[in-house]
Amino acid sequence: MTATVRLRKAESTKRAGNGSGPTRRPLAKAPTGIPGLDEITNGGLPRGRPTLVCGGAGCGKTLLAMEFLVRGALDYDEPGVFMSFEETPDDLVENAQSLGFDLQRLAARRRLLLDYVQLERDKLTESGEYDLEGLFIRLDHAIEAIGAKRVVLDTIELLFSGLPNKFVVRAELVRLFRWLKTKRVTAIVTGEREGEHLTRHGLEEFVSDCVILLDQRVMKQSATRRLRILKYRGSAHGGNEMPFLIDDHGLSVLPITSLGLAHEASTAHLSTGVTGLDAMFGKKGFFRGNSVLVSGTAGTGKSSVASHFAEAACRRGERCLYFAFEESPDQIIRNMRSIGIDLEPWTRRDLLRVHAQRPTALGLEAHLVAMHRLIDDWKPRVVVVDPVTNMTAVGTETEVKAMLARLIDFMKLRQITALFTSLTEGGKAAERTDLGVSSLMDIWMLLGNVESNGERNRTIQIVKARGMAHSNQVREFVMTDRGVLLVDISRRADGSVAIGSARGAQQQAPLVGGKPSVRRRTK
Amino acid sequence: MNPKKNGARRTWRLRLYVAGQTPKSITALANLKRLCDSHLAGRYSIEVIDLLSQPDLARRDDIVVIPTLVRQLPPPIRKIIGDLSNMERVLVGLDVLPRDEEA
Repeated sequence: MTATVRLRKAESTKRAGNGSGPTRRPLAKAPTGIPGLDEITNGGLPRGRPTLVCGGAGCGKTLLAMEFLVRGALDYDEPGVFMSFEETPDDLVENAQSLGFDLQRLAARRRLLLDYVQLERDKLTESGEYDLEGLFIRLDHAIEAIGAKRVVLDTIELLFSGLPNKFVVRAELVRLFRWLKTKRVTAIVTGEREGEHLTRHGLEEFVSDCVILLDQRVMKQSATRRLRILKYRGSAHGGNEMPFLIDDHGLSVLPITSLGLAHEASTAHLSTGVTGLDAMFGKKGFFRGNSVLVSGTAGTGKSSVASHFAEAACRRGERCLYFAFEESPDQIIRNMRSIGIDLEPWTRRDLLRVHAQRPTALGLEAHLVAMHRLIDDWKPRVVVVDPVTNMTAVGTETEVKAMLARLIDFMKLRQITALFTSLTEGGKAAERTDLGVSSLMDIWMLLGNVESNGERNRTIQIVKARGMAHSNQVREFVMTDRGVLLVDISRRADGSVAIGSARGAQQQAPLVGGKPSVRRRTK
Repeated sequence: MNPKKNGARRTWRLRLYVAGQTPKSITALANLKRLCDSHLAGRYSIEVIDLLSQPDLARRDDIVVIPTLVRQLPPPIRKIIGDLSNMERVLVGLDVLPRDEEA
C-alpha cells in the first residue's frame, strides 16, 4: 500500500522534471558497467553528479556502489574512492571477493582507495561549534591522491547518528554535495530506507539528479531483488521495476520492458530431430528462431522429443543449452541413453551444456537473469527449457508468462531456436496449457496418450505452426531403442486412423489414404 | 594535593586538529590553552595539526570534524569535537576534572 503511494509521488516528480524545458542539453553519463543498468539509464549515471542509491538492509546498495567503482577502474579508466562509514575495509574486501573483485589488487595499483570513517558516538564529547571540514579535506586528499573520477559514500547517513548535532550534519551535507559537483566526480551516495521514507534522514532532498531504489522481497518463498529508477533528471528512463541478480559475476539488471517484435523472421529450416516429425512440418522441420512448445501430461515423451531436438542441433555442430528443472544432467543423459539417444559425446565436445537447477533454488526473476546470462555468455543456437511449467513453483501464472515473453523475445532477437516443454496436469483440457503460454509460441505440439482396446498408445499432433504448412493429423509414435519414431499412418476402411495393435492388424490389410495430408496456413 | 595517589603527575599529550586559521580553530586553541593553564599547568603539551598542510593525517587519525581535540595521553584516547567553548564539557571529556579537582 505504502509502496504505491510512494511510487506515485515519485512519478509526479519525474513528470515535473521532464516537462521543464525542451532545450535541455543531453546529459553526459558515466557508464556503470553493470549489465542492464546502463541500458535502462541510457548510458549510466549522470556524470559529475551524485546519485542516490537507497533501499533496505541487505538490498545490495553497497555491492552496487562497489561494482560501479570497480568497473570504472577496470573498464573505463576512472579510479574511484570508496568512503565507508559502515563496513571496515576488511569486510569490504571480503564482500567484493564474492563478486569476483580483487579490491586489494586495485588498491595496490592505485585504481581504488578505501577509506573507513569510524564514528564512535560514545567516545565523543561535544563542546561548542564545529563543522565537517575534516571530511572535506580527507575526501579531497583521497580524490587527488589517485586522480579519482568516481566516489562512493556508503552510507553517509551514519554521520547523523555518529554526531550529536543534526543541524550541522545537514548543513554540511548540503555543502558536501555542492562541493562534489565542483570536483566533477561521479558519485554514488547510499541511504537506508526506513518506513515511509526513502532514506532515514532525507538524503533525497540533497541528491536531486538521480535516485535509484533497490528492493528485496520474498515471493513464494524465494527472494527477488528489484531495482527501480525513481528519478533521473533530464534523462529518459524506464520507470518499471527491474529484477536484478547478485552473484559471483557481480550485479545484472534485467530490463523488464519487452525487447519488442523487431526481430527478423528467418526462413531457414531446422530439423526437429525426430524421425518422421519433420515431414509433419512440410518435410523441413522448424524455422530457425522459432519458439516451440511441446506439451503433454506426465510420461508422454516431452523430454525425449526435447532431447532429439538437442541432439540434432549438436549433430549440425551447433551449440545447445539445455535448462533442466526436473532432473540432473546425469539423469537426463542416462534416461535418454535408454531410448537410444546418446547425449554424452556432445557434452564431452562441449556442444551440449545441461544446466540443471531446482526452480525453487532461485526466484523467478533470478532464474530469468541467470538464463539470460548463460545464453549471452555461451551463445548457443538452440535452447531447451525442460519443463517450463516448473516455473509456476516460484511465480504466478502472469509472472511466468511475462517472464517467458521476455525470454522468448530475447532469444528471437538472437535467432536462437528454443524448445519449451510444458507439463499438462491430468484432468485439464489437453489443449489448455497450464500457463496459457501457447500464444507466445510459434509452434505448439501436443503429446498424448490414447487408451483403447486395453492399451495406451502415444500420439503427437501439431496444434499450431505459424507461417508454415503442417499436418493436421494426430500421429502415433513409439519409443524405440533408437528414440522416438513416428509410425506410418494406417487407416481403417472407414477412414479412421488405427493405432497400437489395431494398426498392426490394419497394416495387414491394404492401406487407405496413407499419405499425411498437409494443410497450409498463412498466419 | 597528593600527586602519587591521583596520578596527577602524568603528562597530558593533547592534539588539536584544525583546518587553517578559521575563527573556530582560533577559538578552540585559545580555549584549550586557557583550560590547560588553569587545570594542567606544567603537565601538558599541545600539538596543533593543520589538516590543510597535512591532509593525509585526516585519514590516518580518522578525523572528520573540525576542530577535534584528541587526548593522546594518558590512555585511552578520547575525542572532543567543537571549539571547546563549553569548558565544563571539555574537562569531563578529557577526564581532567574529577581526579585533579578532588585532590
